[in-house]
Amino acid sequence: MIWLLILVPMLAGIAAFGVRNNPARRALLVASAAAHSGLTVAAWFWMPSPVLNGWFALDGLGLLFLSITSALFLPVSVYAVSYLRRESSGRIQDIEEGFLFDNAPEATFTACLLLFLAAMTLVTVSQHVGLLWVAVEATTLASAPLIYFHRHHRSLEATWKYLLICSVGIALALLGNFVLAVAASSTPGSEPIPMVFGNLITHATRLHVPWLKAAFLLILVGYGTKMGLAPLHTWLPDAHSESPSVISALLSGALLNCAFLGIIRTQQICVAAGLGDFSRELLVGFGLISMVVAAVFIVGQNDFKRMLAYSSVEHMGILSLGIGLGGVGVFGALLHAVNHSLTKAMLFLVAGNILGAYHTKSTTEVRGVLRALPVSGVMWLAGLLAIIGSPPFGPFLSELTILKASLDHGRTIVAIIYLALLAVIFIGMTTVALRMTQGETTKAPQRESLIAILPPALLGVGILLLGLYIPPVLNNLLHETARALGGL
Amino acid sequence: MNTDIILILLVLTNLRLLGAGRLGASVRTVAVQGVLLGVLALLTHHDNLTVAVLLVALSGMILKGVVFPWLLFRALREAEVEREVEPFVGPILSLLAGVAALSGSLWLARRLPLPESPGSSLLVAVALFSILVGLFLIITRKKAISQVLGFLVMENGIYAFGVGLVLESPLLVELSVLLDVFVAVFVMGIIIFHISREFDHIDTHELTNLKD
Repeated sequence: MIWLLILVPMLAGIAAFGVRNNPARRALLVASAAAHSGLTVAAWFWMPSPVLNGWFALDGLGLLFLSITSALFLPVSVYAVSYLRRESSGRIQDIEEGFLFDNAPEATFTACLLLFLAAMTLVTVSQHVGLLWVAVEATTLASAPLIYFHRHHRSLEATWKYLLICSVGIALALLGNFVLAVAASSTPGSEPIPMVFGNLITHATRLHVPWLKAAFLLILVGYGTKMGLAPLHTWLPDAHSESPSVISALLSGALLNCAFLGIIRTQQICVAAGLGDFSRELLVGFGLISMVVAAVFIVGQNDFKRMLAYSSVEHMGILSLGIGLGGVGVFGALLHAVNHSLTKAMLFLVAGNILGAYHTKSTTEVRGVLRALPVSGVMWLAGLLAIIGSPPFGPFLSELTILKASLDHGRTIVAIIYLALLAVIFIGMTTVALRMTQGETTKAPQRESLIAILPPALLGVGILLLGLYIPPVLNNLLHETARALGGL
Repeated sequence: MNTDIILILLVLTNLRLLGAGRLGASVRTVAVQGVLLGVLALLTHHDNLTVAVLLVALSGMILKGVVFPWLLFRALREAEVEREVEPFVGPILSLLAGVAALSGSLWLARRLPLPESPGSSLLVAVALFSILVGLFLIITRKKAISQVLGFLVMENGIYAFGVGLVLESPLLVELSVLLDVFVAVFVMGIIIFHISREFDHIDTHELTNLKD
């Protein structure tokens, strides 16, 4: 079944290169997304057995991140159909500078989208340190052409930065893998430990401590670049603002989590080796720095897609902080990963609707969304309220859990900084949300197409439900995973 | 034969890259480096040469020594750029920085205790040095193609570290890593082509439209 999970999107992606007919290719996209979701749901009931010496296996952690990815990809693929219909009419005028440009061929776009899904699936099932690296690098390579869908100079610049910064970052993670292998090869008279996460955790006490520390640092910096932790987040706002909204939704909601998974798995080894304090402090530090940087750039941000991108930097900081605090914070971080992904994907999809109607990304020029686009306007307001952590939405609950973790451990200063930063971001983003949705507009109310509003609406219902009631199956999985990570 | 000779040759290729003024020369130097790495892999494993080691070393040599230079030369030709490196930091200063990086790496490698491993501490130093040179090239060179070269030098340093310390990783993983790097260079080549068509040059310091 693990093979199916990887092969379905991969083969569909390769096939999409060859399909000439646009509607047929779009149907293929949605069908493979649905098949992938079906397989993921099935994995909740029948845990698939490991394959390839246990190098590919689904554990609780992998299943959680696989489910997030799959749950986002299905609505996003439906939305992508409406997006591609809108974009398929020849040359398009640029909204910022007014020149004309072409899009990349739709076949390439669809194919890369499916290969991107395959690569992310590979990340969630990889149990071998080296294969995980290969999978994370594959996500970069599959998504670079997606960012360069609009063929003009700004998206080109964003793609180049993304490709280069992430490749260099991930190269450091590769060095980290080798250093980890050195740490595992030591001790005379005993076999080297296989580079599979499960084995490394069981034999963690045999690992050579200084080399393990170096490995964690390199892997944290490496995957942290990909995850968007400050100060290595610089590619993130550019890539998110220049790529099509469907892609921004996937980058923020699914891709960043994949890199985060790499960090969590390495952290698990450190905890088992008794280096928990060392790795936790680093995670708390990176988390707070990311939140500070995000707060600085969110306040007064003039481009609403960049604002959402910086908000992702903030939330990646919160995830890192939650894992770093340990205890109930681990549970909070995992829950927050789910909440953030759903909310951010919804927001980017709605941002795509607003962009399509107003033809500007400026937060000052968009007024009266509630009048012009009644449904998207309500979702935009609700989504922004959710992402800044207001009840009754999901993120409120998980952010509160992380606050509780910091108070539980007597980290009052961390708690104060955390709350202060959340407050700054709250004010910054509410101002923008109100300014954009309220006010007069010259635009007449528009009828919005169903497939452009249904996917974000479904995601919105999801975060509302998660705020009110966490289903027992999800709760069990989160608890079990948090325990495996040394939390709770 | 001693692996130290290969390591010293690697150091020399790095210094040559720092001082090089022509892009073509830089591409060829990186190709030589790729071949040297393959030889290093074969030499460190010469007493237990398996098919897997042979396969990885040879495919690495072909990829880094032949395929990458070919891809990069093609990108150079199609981008029709002038063949000068055009660094932000001149060759003399680059070389001085290189010497500083080399002594820093030697010092650091001496301080890192290697647990039970046949690799010499010179190897760790050379690997670190290559990684630093790669990063330096990425930061201080204007042309997109030089940045790709910097990325490759960095990748080579990491590869040297893995090979020289006789870290056994499974064949599948080794080959997938090589495949990833290959696709990375391929995609970067395509993007360079688009940059040259869009901007009529491939100077990345012009890529500064996106900022806050």
